Amino acid sequence: MNGDDTQVLQAKIHDALARGTRLQIEGGGSKSFYGQTITGEVLSTQRHRGIINYESTELVLTARGGTPLSEVETALAKHNQMLPFEPPHFGDAATLGGTIACGLSGPRRPYVGAARDYVLGCRVLTGKGDVLHFGGEVMKNVAGYDVARLMTGAMGTLGVLLDISLKILPQPANEVTLGLDMSPDEALQAMNHWAGQPVPLSAAVHDGSSLMMRLSGAASAVAHAQQLIGGEPFANSKDYWLSIREHTHPFFNDTRPLWRLSLAPAHPPLKLEGDTLLDWGGAQRWMLSSESPEAIRHAVEEAGGHATLFSPHEINADIFQPLPGGLKQLHQRLKHAFDPDGILNPGRMYPDM
Amino acid sequence: MSEHELDTHHTRKLLAGQLSRFLPAEAVLTTEEDLRPYECDGLSAYHRLPLMAVLPETIEQVQAVLQLCQRENVPVVARGAGTGLSGGALPLSNGVLLSLAKFNRILEVDPINRTARVEPGVRNQAISEAVASHDLFYAPDPSSQIACTIGGNVAENSGGVHCLKYGLTVHNVLQVKLLTIEGEALTLGGSGLDAPGYDLLALMNGSEGMLGIITEITVRLLPRPQQTRVIMAGYNDIAHAGEAVGAIIAAGIIPAGLEMMDNPAIRAAEAFVHAGYPEEAAAILLCELDGTDEEVNEQSTQVEQLLHHSGASTLRVAHDAEEQLLLWKGRKAAFPAVGRISPDYYCMDGTIPRKRLPEVLTRIGEMSKEYGLPVANVFHAGDGNLHPLILYDANQPGELERTEELGGKILELCVEVGGTITGEHGVGIEKINQMCVQFKPVELEYFHAVKESFDPDHLLNPGKAVPTLHRCAEFGAMHVHHGELPHPELERF
Ligand SMILES: Cc1cc2nc3c(=O)[nH]c(=O)nc-3n(C[C@H](O)[C@H](O)[C@H](O)COP(=O)(O)OP(=O)(O)OC[C@H]3O[C@@H](n4cnc5c(N)ncnc54)[C@H](O)[C@@H]3O)c2cc1C
Repeated sequence: MNGDDTQVLQAKIHDALARGTRLQIEGGGSKSFYGQTITGEVLSTQRHRGIINYESTELVLTARGGTPLSEVETALAKHNQMLPFEPPHFGDAATLGGTIACGLSGPRRPYVGAARDYVLGCRVLTGKGDVLHFGGEVMKNVAGYDVARLMTGAMGTLGVLLDISLKILPQPANEVTLGLDMSPDEALQAMNHWAGQPVPLSAAVHDGSSLMMRLSGAASAVAHAQQLIGGEPFANSKDYWLSIREHTHPFFNDTRPLWRLSLAPAHPPLKLEGDTLLDWGGAQRWMLSSESPEAIRHAVEEAGGHATLFSPHEINADIFQPLPGGLKQLHQRLKHAFDPDGILNPGRMYPDM
Repeated sequence: MSEHELDTHHTRKLLAGQLSRFLPAEAVLTTEEDLRPYECDGLSAYHRLPLMAVLPETIEQVQAVLQLCQRENVPVVARGAGTGLSGGALPLSNGVLLSLAKFNRILEVDPINRTARVEPGVRNQAISEAVASHDLFYAPDPSSQIACTIGGNVAENSGGVHCLKYGLTVHNVLQVKLLTIEGEALTLGGSGLDAPGYDLLALMNGSEGMLGIITEITVRLLPRPQQTRVIMAGYNDIAHAGEAVGAIIAAGIIPAGLEMMDNPAIRAAEAFVHAGYPEEAAAILLCELDGTDEEVNEQSTQVEQLLHHSGASTLRVAHDAEEQLLLWKGRKAAFPAVGRISPDYYCMDGTIPRKRLPEVLTRIGEMSKEYGLPVANVFHAGDGNLHPLILYDANQPGELERTEELGGKILELCVEVGGTITGEHGVGIEKINQMCVQFKPVELEYFHAVKESFDPDHLLNPGKAVPTLHRCAEFGAMHVHHGELPHPELERF
C-alpha cells in the first residue's frame, strides 16, 4: 500500500495545466468542511503514503503526505513519542498532508508550539508541476527562505505536500488533569496566571462551567504543581482532551455556526451573543453564535485578533478574516509565484486566490 | 577621479541632498571616516564602504528613506548591531546602509499576556533584563546576546544554547511590523497565537533583510524556570559523547541545553576562562536541566546515570550558580578563546543529523590535515548544529583563500550527510556558493520569486542569501574544473 506516487501526481498537474482544469487536493477528506467550498477535479494523495524515515533518537520523522495521521501517531507511540502539537483528526481518514496543509493544532499548542513550529522541511509539488525540496531533516536550518513553514496552513493553495519532515518530542512521563469550578472571567485570569508560573501546564480549557488544566512532565513536577493549583484530579482525562481536540465535547453539539476566535490569551470575553469555550489558555475561543459575521469580525478586529467561520452552516460569509490591502496583494503575488495558473485549490482560502 | 568614482560621488551628493530634507544632518553619514564602522559585520574578512549610511529615528523617516531609494533605484542594506557572521549586513558600494540602531526602545511589556513589544534595535539581552522583575524571560539566547539586536535575530532566525528546549527566534516571535521597499507598513502575525492567511511571519524569520525592513517585534515571554542544573561530562572517545546525547533523548529528556566541545576547543577555552574542563578529554558534554526543583532533581539523577553508563571519564555537577556560570562561560567564550590562540579564526555553521557526528568529525580532521589548518569544534549537540572553527593567519599569503576553500568543503560535507550549510548564522554573502550545492536551480528560482513578491526591483540587500543561477553556473564550472568536488562517486541530493 505504501508507495511513492510523485510521478503520477506530477503528471496530473501537467495534464491539468494543459487542459486548464482546476484541482481539488484531497487526502482523507476529513477536513473538507474547513475553508471555502470549492469545485474542481479531485487530486488524491492517498496513493502517496508511508513513513520514509523515523529515528526516535534524532527526534525527526519524515512521511509522505498521504500517510494516515493515525499511522504516524501509532509509530511514534511505540517509542513513547508524539506529535507535540496534538493535531485534531476530524475523522479516521485524516492524512499527515492534510493536517499540515490545514495547520491546525490541539490543546497543547500554547505551551509547546503549533504545527508550523514542528515542520522542519517538505517536498512539494507546485502548480507549475515542479517538485521542490525546502528545509530538511535537521532541527536548525536557515538556508534559503522558510518555504516549508509557508506551506503549513496554506491549505494546498501553494503546492501539494509530498513529503513532510517533522520534529517530534517524547511523550510526557506523567499527566494529570485538574478541574476547578469557576466563571469564564475567573478562568481567564487563572489560566494566564498559571501560564506565567514555572508549572508544567500543557492544556487549559474553560468549557462553560469548569476550568480544566492539564499538567505534563516528570512525576514529581506534576505532583508539586497539582498541590499548588488545587482542584480535583479528573479521572477520564485522556477522553476529555480528545473530546476538546476532536470537537466531540457536548459543547460542539449545536446548530448555530461555530466560530474560531484567535485573541491575546488574557483578552476579556468579547461582548457578543453566544456561548464560548475557551481553549489554548484563552488564545483560541470556540464560539457558537448567530451574530452577523460582520459584527463578529468587527469585534475581534477591535480586539487585535481574527475570526474563522469554522463550520460554515450555509451562511454566506468569508471563512477567514479578510486581509488588509497590502497583505492581500502580497498573498496574491505569492500564490502567483507557486501556482501561476491558479489550478491548486483555487478559492479554498480566499475567494479570489 | 575615474568615471565610476565621479558617478558615485554624484549619486552620493544627490541622495544626501534629498535625505537632508527629512533627516537631521548627523543622521546622514557620507565621509569615509564616518562610514568605516559600517564596512563589515562580524565576518570581517569581507568589508566594503557603503555609498552612505543613514540613522533614522522615526518610522516615517525610514519610510521616506525607502521611498527615496526605490525612486532612485538605490539598494538598501539594513543593519542592527552588525554582529552577523555571514556578511548579511555587508554594505554595497552603490547602496545605502540603513542602521536601525536608534530604534532601541522597549515599547510595552505585558506580563499577563506574557509578551514584550520592542523596537528592532533593542539588544537581545535587554529584553530579558526588562522583564526579569516579572519572573519572565525571552528564551532565544545567541552567545552574542549582549550586543546583537532583536531585529537582526529575526532577520537571521537566530538560535542559542537553549533553543533545543525553547526553540529558535521563529518559535518565539508573535508579531512583526515591517516596511516594504515601497514604504508600505505591514503587520504579520497578531496579538493571538496565529493570523489569517499565509504564515508570512515564519517567512520573515531568517529572511536576512531581503523582504522588508523590520520596525517592531512582539516577542513571547516564558516563566523563568525555578531551578537549573549544569552537568559536565568528559569523554576519551568523541563517539561515546555522541552516543550519550542520543541516550538522554531516548530517555525522554529534553535538556535546556546540550553542548559538546572537542579537544582543541576544550584546551582553548580552558586556557582562557579556567573553567576546570578536563584538558586531556577528547570531548566534553555540557548538559543543562531546568524546571521545577523536583523535576530537575529527578532528571539530573537520570542524566548522571546515563552519562556514567555511556563511558564518561569525568563527571561534574555544578554545586551553585557560580559554578554553573563558570562551566557555561567556557562554552560561551569558545569563539574568543580560539581567537586568543590563533591570529584569525573562521567560524562555520553547518547542521548535520546528530548520528553522523563521529564520521563528520573524522572527515573534518582529515581535511584539516590536508589543508594544514587546525580546526576546533563546538557543537550544539542536542540539535546537530556544528561550529567548526578554522584557525588561520590572514597575514600569511593565500591562507585566507585556503581557509575559505576548506570551509566550503566542510559545508558541502554537511549537505552530503543530509544536513544543511547553515543552522543559525545565515547565508549572507559567505555561503552563497554553497547554496548552489544545497538547492537545485529550480528551487533557487522559487526563492527569487518569493523575494520578488515583496521586492520586485531587488533593492533590499540584493546579492545576498540566494545566488543567481548565473553565479551557480560559474561556481559549478570552477568546481568541476579543479576536479575537487568531494566524493563525486556519491549521489548528490
Ligand atoms: C561572538 C558571536 C557569537 C554569536 N553567537 C551566535 C549564536 O549563538 N547563535 C546565533 O544564531 N548567532 C550568533 N551570532 C551571530 C549574530 O550575533 C546573529 O546573527 C544576530 O542575530 C545578528 O544580529 P545583529 O543585530 O548584529 O544583526 P546584523 O549583523 O546587523 O544584521 C544581520 C542581518 O539582519 C538584517 N537586519 C538587521 N536588522 C534588520 C531589520 N530591522 N530589518 C530587516 N533586516 C534587518 C541585516 O541586513 C543582515 O542581513 C554570534 C555572533 C558573534 C559575533
